[in-house]
Amino acid sequence: MSDLRELYQQVILDHNRNPRNFKELPNATRRVEGFNPLCGDHYTVFVQLDGDTIRDVSFIGNGCAISKASASVMSSTVKGKKRAEAETLFDTFHKLVTGGDAGLSEAELGRLAAFSGVSEFPARVKCATLAWHTLRTALEGERDSVTTE
Amino acid sequence: MSRALHEVGSSVAERYDVSRIREDFPILHRTVHGKPLVYLDNAATTQKPNAVIDRIVRYYTEENANVHRGVHFLSELATAAYEGARTTVKNFIGARSEKEIVFTRGTTEGINLVAHSWGRGHVGEGDEIIISAIEHHSNIVPWQILCEEKRAKLRVIPVNDAGEVLVDEYAKMLNDRTRIVAFGHASNALGTINPVKKMTAMAHDAGAIVVIDGAQGVPHRPIDVQDLDSDFYAFSGHKVYAPTGIGVLYGKEALLDAMPPYQGGGDMILSVSFEKTTYNALPYKFEAGTPHIEGVVALAAALDYIGTLGIENISAHEHDLLTYATARLQEIEGLRIIGTARQKASVISFVLEGVHPHDIGTVVDQEGIAIRTGHHCAQPLMMRFNVPATGRASFGLYNTREEADALVSALRRVIEVFR
Repeated sequence: MSDLRELYQQVILDHNRNPRNFKELPNATRRVEGFNPLCGDHYTVFVQLDGDTIRDVSFIGNGCAISKASASVMSSTVKGKKRAEAETLFDTFHKLVTGGDAGLSEAELGRLAAFSGVSEFPARVKCATLAWHTLRTALEGERDSVTTE
Repeated sequence: MSRALHEVGSSVAERYDVSRIREDFPILHRTVHGKPLVYLDNAATTQKPNAVIDRIVRYYTEENANVHRGVHFLSELATAAYEGARTTVKNFIGARSEKEIVFTRGTTEGINLVAHSWGRGHVGEGDEIIISAIEHHSNIVPWQILCEEKRAKLRVIPVNDAGEVLVDEYAKMLNDRTRIVAFGHASNALGTINPVKKMTAMAHDAGAIVVIDGAQGVPHRPIDVQDLDSDFYAFSGHKVYAPTGIGVLYGKEALLDAMPPYQGGGDMILSVSFEKTTYNALPYKFEAGTPHIEGVVALAAALDYIGTLGIENISAHEHDLLTYATARLQEIEGLRIIGTARQKASVISFVLEGVHPHDIGTVVDQEGIAIRTGHHCAQPLMMRFNVPATGRASFGLYNTREEADALVSALRRVIEVFR
């Protein structure tokens, strides 16, 4: 049971129940759909870019608790950040959920630290990273959909 | 339950000693996350009994050689085992002749073989192929490819909210352009058992041929292809307690005989020159290349094993589990069963209010329970029922009521975590 509590930490359960920035963004400059075909997770991420700054970000869609909470935490974490900062955060997050050393303390990781338990559940890494992959695609601005397969 | 049924039930329970049967499956003794394994993913694949595992070991220890080739002792032994297995399969499904039994990689390859070899020669522009709304992707995509190539039309029989095919709608779809009707014997995602004999007769009245995806039929009930009168019937070994990578396509001899080969290679030819190749007789015409010999002999061992238990007994046991587990699951508040057909195989698809199936899968796995979560390779069906995915518990010949209870407890645990 301890592993399970590690995976479904309170932050994740809270963001799953009450996802932040869970809406369409009328002024979005980028809009990308993300799919996780095997489990049916499906989100649309909206980004309002102002030069190099992520002025606003939101998402809509459906999926498991891990994917929804991750999208929610992602949206509140990257809001107001520069593109390059968001990229670095994704790299850090990816290392965290795949069991690598994220190189940051728990305090520095902030809410992202709640996803550390995912590394014990390899099948769930895709869930945790779906929104981030979708965000990256949105920031690249070359495609309008992405899958984790 | 009627008295007669109840009597059948109790006499089965006496004959069918599930705790003894579980001894035949070594994997059922292992633990998962420190808990006894509760394997409820039998519609995905089944576990293998010692009879199958030992047969593979014996094949490689005593018999291994290529078949239909050498004059040496081992080759003859391997060929005898391989062809003996064909007879076992023939008897198991009630075919007329060994010529009607083609070994494939699985159900998917069987369906593709028919689509490619029969379909290309008989389906033309404006013709129609009918499938049902509850098909597995492997009984959708081969027909889509064929329709696209031939500019034919793919038509889909709708289902009601219980997941039952609407036979009246099907009747309206049949016409003189219908060439092929393809449907599952039982739905892997919902468990619905289709009225296959009736649907087959209706297709024949319209002049169409019938292809049955039997992947979920053969493991659960007695199959008699002559009684069904289906033209083709495909199934997979790994869903009937045999290895993966081996399957069977049954086809009526006259149809198979008139069909061109599916693949070219060894075993499927009589003679080859650079000018002309003469194809081998049935069923070898459809078995190009060195076959999955070990898989074939192990499939026969699995069917023999099922024979010793009695497929009717297995069917009754699984029906008891289905009835019991359905009732127990319905006790859980917020749980909704998707697929409530009157005739069902032992498959229960469900959703739990407020919890995504994927999260259910992870939590119950921590309790040692294996269920499938996702769209079950039936995405159009998930859309029909307006769910992104479901959890699915599917029962096999070795499952018990206690395992259904374990699932119910684990689902209560899921609710605890997410509430």
